[in-house]
Amino acid sequence: MSEGPVIRVQDVHKAFGPQKVLQGLCFEVARGESLVIMGPSGSGKSVILKHLIGLLRPDSGSIEVAGREVPRLRPAGLAELRRDMGYLFQHAALINWLSVYDNVALPLRETTSKSESEIESKVYSVLELVRLLDARSKFPGEISGGMQKRVGLARALVTDPEIILYDEPEAGLDPEMSASVSRMMVKLRHELGMTSVTVTHSWPCAEAVGDRVAFFEHGKLVIDAAPAEVLASDNPRVQEFFAVPK
Amino acid sequence: MNLITRVGATWLRPTIESAGFAVSIGLQSLLTLPHLPRRMRATLDQMHLVGVKTMPVVLMVGFFVGMILSLQVGQQLATFSQQESIGLIVAPLMALEMSPLITAILLAASVGSAMAAELGTMKVQEELTALNVLSVNVISYLVLPRVIALTLMAPLLSLLVTWVATLGGGIIAVSQLGLSFEGYINNSLDSMRVIRETIPVPKYLFDGLLKATIFGFVTAVVGCASGMTASNGAQGVGQTTRSAVRNAIVLIIVLDFFLGKVLM
Repeated sequence: MSEGPVIRVQDVHKAFGPQKVLQGLCFEVARGESLVIMGPSGSGKSVILKHLIGLLRPDSGSIEVAGREVPRLRPAGLAELRRDMGYLFQHAALINWLSVYDNVALPLRETTSKSESEIESKVYSVLELVRLLDARSKFPGEISGGMQKRVGLARALVTDPEIILYDEPEAGLDPEMSASVSRMMVKLRHELGMTSVTVTHSWPCAEAVGDRVAFFEHGKLVIDAAPAEVLASDNPRVQEFFAVPK
Repeated sequence: MNLITRVGATWLRPTIESAGFAVSIGLQSLLTLPHLPRRMRATLDQMHLVGVKTMPVVLMVGFFVGMILSLQVGQQLATFSQQESIGLIVAPLMALEMSPLITAILLAASVGSAMAAELGTMKVQEELTALNVLSVNVISYLVLPRVIALTLMAPLLSLLVTWVATLGGGIIAVSQLGLSFEGYINNSLDSMRVIRETIPVPKYLFDGLLKATIFGFVTAVVGCASGMTASNGAQGVGQTTRSAVRNAIVLIIVLDFFLGKVLM
């Protein structure tokens, strides 16, 4: 697990107009490790995920992912990086006019030269993994929010990424469905051994999937430790934030 | 100075930015033309949507415009006892000017707005971001089929509009102006036999179809580019759709004037 950091964020600053969202953020994630990012709304959690995958560029600082300095990558380099990364969107972001099968097959059809039979075999295997093989012919509008999340997960996994980023995987789901998605994330991690970064507001999700929990506030890292240590922290802001879930 | 700064920040800059973005989308869609064989299915689907779904309304409007033109101009000509010339006016005027314009405006209102709404919804629901993250070329995957479909279908629809408008004009020529249908059609056909000096093609048809092709391209590019800049949820998609239709219609009319001057 500790081969050295696969993600390294150093002194990253980002502002949108007058609003400073990230203020000198630093953290690292080792290969195979699962980092959970928590914090109040507007603390820069989703913004840092978008930086990791090159959707946003920092105003200053360094973001290194799998040995590549993300802000300096040109479009071809970014496309290559993104092929090694999976991203689960808050609301799954499935293409509405494509079936579950076609949504999952999309990145393979568009970015690889695999034959349709190879694609079919790969899509079937990831749909099996997220237990959605029976729903492959359905359209996103015909399945529940939890199932849509799992389709999003299958789509993120179909290219065999080294790193997976989860943006609020439990958002919009009831507690039972949220727990089911968390279990799925733990299972995938054990079976595929991927590095992951998860942004969440849910402590049960953080506790279930995280090796470490990083707590952000005002774009700064307040604490970065194992879940149990975070809960035991004597930092008043951390205590206040986790008072309810605890 | 304060006023100038405010106008620059609130109107000029966003206008130049969105125009620049639309030009960039148009150029990128041309650069992805080699992807067309891979996008044939999506392009045919879009052509079906553009052509078949809008054909009834476009043809109906064309038919009535032909009748209006024939009635109004025919009555003016009748005051000089020149109503026999109506066939020489309706067909070339429709082919060169009215059909491309009417077709383009109707396509901007129906198809261009739908493109803006569709891509705008995808933008606000993060589907476009998801395609980017999946390394899918959004221009090739979403824009190219729409641009090609509208660019090809606009001249085809314009041709059909010319045909039904001439027919509508003929009905008025017979029923209101007391002309023979055969004479009207012969005059119409004669007027269309004018050949361009530079290229040996029927001038009015060629110029009209060229205009319709350009208008189709512009409508699709404006619709797609507007959709791709949508923000602020459903309200933002609504605003984007409105601005797509408004911008496309303004551009079509301005372009029509300059193309008319160039092609004269």
